[in-house]
Amino acid sequence: MSTVNLRAPEVQVREIRLGSITGFEGTAAGLVGCARRGTLADSSRSFSQCLGCSTSNAACTLVLIQDAAVISHGPVGCSACFHGYEFVYRVNGVNRGLEKTTQRKIFSTNLEEKDMVYGGNQKLAESIREVYARTKARVIFVITTCSSGIIGDDVENVTNEAEEELGIPVVAVFCEGFKSKIWTSGFDAGYHGIARKLIKPPVKKQDDMVNVVNFWGADIFKDLFGRLGLRPNYLTPFSTLEQIEHSSEAVATIQICATLGSYLGAALEQGYGVPEIKVSAPYGIPQTERWFRELGTMTGREAEVEVLLKEEREAWLPRIGELREKLKGKTAYVTAGASHGHSLIAILRELGLEVRGAAIFHHDPLYDNGSVEADALSNTVRDYGDVPNYNVCNKQEYELVNILSKSKPDILLARHGGMTLWGGKLGIPSLLIGDEHFGMGYKGLVNYGERILDAIENNEFVTNLARHAINPYTKWWLEQNPYTFLGDNTNVRNY
Amino acid sequence: MSGIIEQERFTCAIGAMQTVVAIRKAVPILHSGPGCGTMVSGFFEHSTGYAGGSTAPCTNASEKEVVFGGEAKLKTVIEGTYKVIDSDLQVVLSGCTSEIVGDDISQVVAEFQAEGKPIVHVETAGFKSNNYVSHSNVVNAIVDQYVEVYAEDGTTKIDNLVNVFASIPYQDQFWKGNLRELKRILEGIGLRVNILFGPESGGVAEWRTMPNARFNILVSPWFGLDIVRHLEGKYGQPFLQFPYIPIGGNETSRFLRAVAAFAGLDPKPVEDFIGGEEAGFYEEIQSLATFLLEFRYGLPNHLHMILDSSYVLGISKFLLNEVGIVPKEQFIVDGVPEAFQQAIRAELAASSAKREIPVSFDPDAGKAQEAIRAITHPGRGLLIGSGWDKQLAEEKGFDFLSASNPSPYRLVLTTGYLGYQGGLRLIEDIYFRVLGTYS
Repeated sequence: MSTVNLRAPEVQVREIRLGSITGFEGTAAGLVGCARRGTLADSSRSFSQCLGCSTSNAACTLVLIQDAAVISHGPVGCSACFHGYEFVYRVNGVNRGLEKTTQRKIFSTNLEEKDMVYGGNQKLAESIREVYARTKARVIFVITTCSSGIIGDDVENVTNEAEEELGIPVVAVFCEGFKSKIWTSGFDAGYHGIARKLIKPPVKKQDDMVNVVNFWGADIFKDLFGRLGLRPNYLTPFSTLEQIEHSSEAVATIQICATLGSYLGAALEQGYGVPEIKVSAPYGIPQTERWFRELGTMTGREAEVEVLLKEEREAWLPRIGELREKLKGKTAYVTAGASHGHSLIAILRELGLEVRGAAIFHHDPLYDNGSVEADALSNTVRDYGDVPNYNVCNKQEYELVNILSKSKPDILLARHGGMTLWGGKLGIPSLLIGDEHFGMGYKGLVNYGERILDAIENNEFVTNLARHAINPYTKWWLEQNPYTFLGDNTNVRNY
Repeated sequence: MSGIIEQERFTCAIGAMQTVVAIRKAVPILHSGPGCGTMVSGFFEHSTGYAGGSTAPCTNASEKEVVFGGEAKLKTVIEGTYKVIDSDLQVVLSGCTSEIVGDDISQVVAEFQAEGKPIVHVETAGFKSNNYVSHSNVVNAIVDQYVEVYAEDGTTKIDNLVNVFASIPYQDQFWKGNLRELKRILEGIGLRVNILFGPESGGVAEWRTMPNARFNILVSPWFGLDIVRHLEGKYGQPFLQFPYIPIGGNETSRFLRAVAAFAGLDPKPVEDFIGGEEAGFYEEIQSLATFLLEFRYGLPNHLHMILDSSYVLGISKFLLNEVGIVPKEQFIVDGVPEAFQQAIRAELAASSAKREIPVSFDPDAGKAQEAIRAITHPGRGLLIGSGWDKQLAEEKGFDFLSASNPSPYRLVLTTGYLGYQGGLRLIEDIYFRVLGTYS
């Protein structure tokens, strides 16, 4: 278990804090075994393609907070993709109960060559003032970048001074891209900033409120929790500053994807006494039942949970049975982040598909809460057996193309933009579901089962695409072992 | 003045990896931090091309490379690129991390060049410049390190062959369509065209004929000037600069006549081509005039733009004179260096003898939005900008056309606004939006 220190400006990256890795080839059970025995070793790649960036994942936890402004302290390119959050806010906000979607306040300090020489502290201080004058934001986040980190700007000090001057929280978030190959370290950085500067000690416990750490999935918890006499407090997209401040008063915190919320859950528990549900999220039937029962125990709603589970079973099991019948014998491949990828594997196998392999972006041996029960991969292996060809691969497309061109599954299930392209180019029906709540519980199995059937059935597009696709990968490469470049260059010398 | 930028509409120097992606079978190799490629593809969207996006190789600098240098890693990633990706040209683009720590990238690249690999290196650290500027640096690096080495004949000038530089690939989301129309009309007046980027180009083989062009054409107020100046010095090619994107009948004909005069072309076939094009263009405008003059339910009568300098000039001239929408306050957001601003003001002023068109230069587009919020003109307004401006248009009750990056509300494939055909397309797009407001 990692120890949360809310007095420190910075939280360590996952590689150091949790011992997380980005390179592995083997089986899922093998990986879980290594993690339990403490023998998990990282491998590096001598050839690599573009990864993700901590700074954009940090922004993901911050930009969508109502009344917040975010300043990227770096060259203008370090915030180039943030416009996407403006779209998310406008389009998704209405589905999550916002009456009016306000423009997102996104700035770059636009660091230039002279700032590299003289430092960017002064520029940052002036920028914070200007952003406040322009936006009257109720909280300003400053997220760091490779450049501001390497030149050594004192962002913590500048933000603390600005906070004093302006009388609103001004939060430094340390998320330089080069510090971690695991871009989800950016989530931890964002949540650390939130936990240390925004969340307030509880005034009055609210025993019907449950924190839900999520992205911008559909509001399914209002109904599910409502049936248990609970209500969700979604963190942090679309939330108000007050919702965040009072999250310390919740009766529990739940994770939709432990990779996302690992650190916030631990910070709320260790820093503010809010217990976290330490079993992995409710995807697949056994895990759904474990998870809801744990929720019932923690909130004193055991009887209500049994009623809910019974109702859900009655409502959805018949249709799940039909879907299993139709999906029997189908094969799948998964590429996604941990731990949502582990959950997707559970969904596929619950529906009776054979999972031929998976490329999952990284692996955390355990999350910040230290609970083995929270390890979604281990639960998936326990409930459904081992997964062959399990590959920890941080979005290395060349490995994926190599694998897919050989294994040709009936469906590619992806989560993260860009990864379905190669399923499509190879004529493999490919599915990316953005809504992280879509596969939860019994109903989630129906949701996924129907979409998978739909994708397999309506394959004309990918079939045609494959016929015309241009392939930049060499013939040589497609004939190699997909892990040729993995493992400190040793394989490469032998090619 | 802190120099902050709200709602950025361009990206940093490494965004010019898209200049490489726009060359057939070229691969960008990023020697940078892990996130740069994702930021670039997140900004432009639908921009993978042959080997950009998730395909682009990257050294993904980590703490180790920042402390000990990343040259060794760059070497193995380049070696891997040759094994894994089939390409005609490799361009190594260095990012902030490697340039701050001082990797000797040209040394690493020189080893591969010495082996006869068509590989080029260019410095594109984000803090050095933006992608409007570094587009020129990328092109010049390819000229110096690839064209110079591999051109079959570096001296002979071929009559009527020109190199053409205009829209920056991907930064101008209409680049493919614009370059296609440019090539079409220039061939129409009798030139042979190296268009260099996109599907209308012959890829690196075409690049190798760049030294053989008799002259160069630049369609831009300022970006790209470093390219044509460089080529002038290197290959003795004079250049013609047309300082904005020509849209519609008047401006496209003006452009073609300027090119013809510069090239000393026989006027007869040039005028024949222009006559034919104008006939087609004005046939449409004449049929449209009744609608523009009579439609009783309301059409936009005035215009604000938050766009780059080339489009603000080109669209102002076009919509004022050929469609009847009057440009009001304009906001130029491509970070125009001060040295070019006066000429752009003068060119905008030349759009009309009887009105002034106020214009401001600031990449901080949040400020432009604030200004527009405070302005009111009688009649129905039209706002042309990027996806950032949709909400502003709603607040103001303006018609809105998204015509620049970032572009979350509009998909552009091969549409262009340049030329005779581009002008008609722009009219279609504006009134498709306007008429779409009537239920």
